[in-house]
Amino acid sequence: MTKTYRDLLAEARERVREVTTAEAELAGERGATLIDCREDSEWEQGHVSGAVHLSKSYVEQDIEGLVPDRSQPVVVYCAGGIRSLFAAETLVGMGYQDVVSMSGGFQAWKSEGRAWEQPRVLSAEQKQRYSRHLLIPEVGLEGQARLLDSKVLFIGAGGLGSPAMLYMAAAGVGTIGIVDFDVVDASNLQRQVIHRTDRVGMRKVESAHMTINELNPDVEVVVHEVMLGPDNVAELISGYDLIFDGTDTFETRYVLNDAAVEARIPVVHASVFRFEGQLTVFKPHEGPCYRCLYPTPPPPELAPGCSVAGVLGVVPGVMGLLQATEGLKVLLDIGDSLAGRLLIYDALDGAFSELQLRRDPACPACGHGELQQPVADEGVFALPTTPATTTGVNA
Amino acid sequence: MTAVRIPPVLRQAAGNQKKVEVTGSTVGEALESLLGEYPGLRDQIFTEDGSLNRFVNVYVNGRDVRYEQELGTPVGESDEVILLPAMAGGR
Repeated sequence: MTKTYRDLLAEARERVREVTTAEAELAGERGATLIDCREDSEWEQGHVSGAVHLSKSYVEQDIEGLVPDRSQPVVVYCAGGIRSLFAAETLVGMGYQDVVSMSGGFQAWKSEGRAWEQPRVLSAEQKQRYSRHLLIPEVGLEGQARLLDSKVLFIGAGGLGSPAMLYMAAAGVGTIGIVDFDVVDASNLQRQVIHRTDRVGMRKVESAHMTINELNPDVEVVVHEVMLGPDNVAELISGYDLIFDGTDTFETRYVLNDAAVEARIPVVHASVFRFEGQLTVFKPHEGPCYRCLYPTPPPPELAPGCSVAGVLGVVPGVMGLLQATEGLKVLLDIGDSLAGRLLIYDALDGAFSELQLRRDPACPACGHGELQQPVADEGVFALPTTPATTTGVNA
Repeated sequence: MTAVRIPPVLRQAAGNQKKVEVTGSTVGEALESLLGEYPGLRDQIFTEDGSLNRFVNVYVNGRDVRYEQELGTPVGESDEVILLPAMAGGR
């Protein structure tokens, strides 16, 4: 039996109730799911506020993921109200119990002055570059847009910073700041993979900048060729969403910790020694900070850096990539971060282990009421304080 | 016997061993048993007055003894004690 378009339309109207834009708006306010079934290019021009996008050609495949509960009220709309009828009919056929189609579509909705918004749009090049991210529901277009709008600061373009930076740049983190005062040395190249043999002697910030530009032109690189210290730390970290601690000295780690706690910026922390690495996330005032974990630094003879003790090149590579992973999770607000947990990697054993970290109520950096209290017995590791004044306001 | 995991920075003073079996029913006793075997570790674990150095964390089965019963935290046969000093290396 031959069916014409008119036959099909009549059938759809028999099975699907049509509602006005005003009724659709009310249903949305009452918790119905508004589904925009137009094509990608139409969605990008603007859509009903609060609607979700499910192109008509993917309705059968994706609706169960989007609306698992078949009793959930659903309003489907398109541009004028025809395609949505057919999409809604499909949903009815799949057993969705409360499905309506909005007559007049987005055209009517928009012309009546009802609320609509324009989604963040990626360029064609960006859609291709980040396509594997866009396919993951936990990232998607919204998450990718979030990454592109994020600002991340790396303290150190070395063994940890190199791999972390490469992958954060590849992931499309929009702004990458780099603090490093060093130059590339031949002995760095065994693990600091962001640098190149022909750049020995070049400033590390410049070398890292070049590599990131070659990798991903979406990323804006901000270089700070300075040594991080108590006098400049607050200014350096200001405005960043996230900090990667990949430094080599306790002094820098404490200075950074205290300023990040003060500025409430999360820090993804890692350190390495020969065949081992440690990793955690410090979320100020939510989880423990570096001083909660290690209230005082060890004496220098107990804490040699990589330049003295050596390190298997891949270990900072592994730990740097785990830092990048945690960083992306924090920026995207997905999964369970390592805040409050210390992950230890033992390369020789091929084993990961995990320790629980606790916030120290008496912590001088993040403990209650003692934020401005300098740590008297630590000299160079004292908290950054405001410059001394004769008024003694901060005393 | 309780196993104490020796971190890389302390291994030289512990006969280059990664794990040392010790006796004792508390963390304090277990550490004293360890120091009996490797006295060179003492300054790195304890302060002069016999309390734990603040730059070394001690965990029993993944839990920081600072929030348990410090050196009095009980340890049993199958428990694992982990010594964890801070590491700075990153470059």
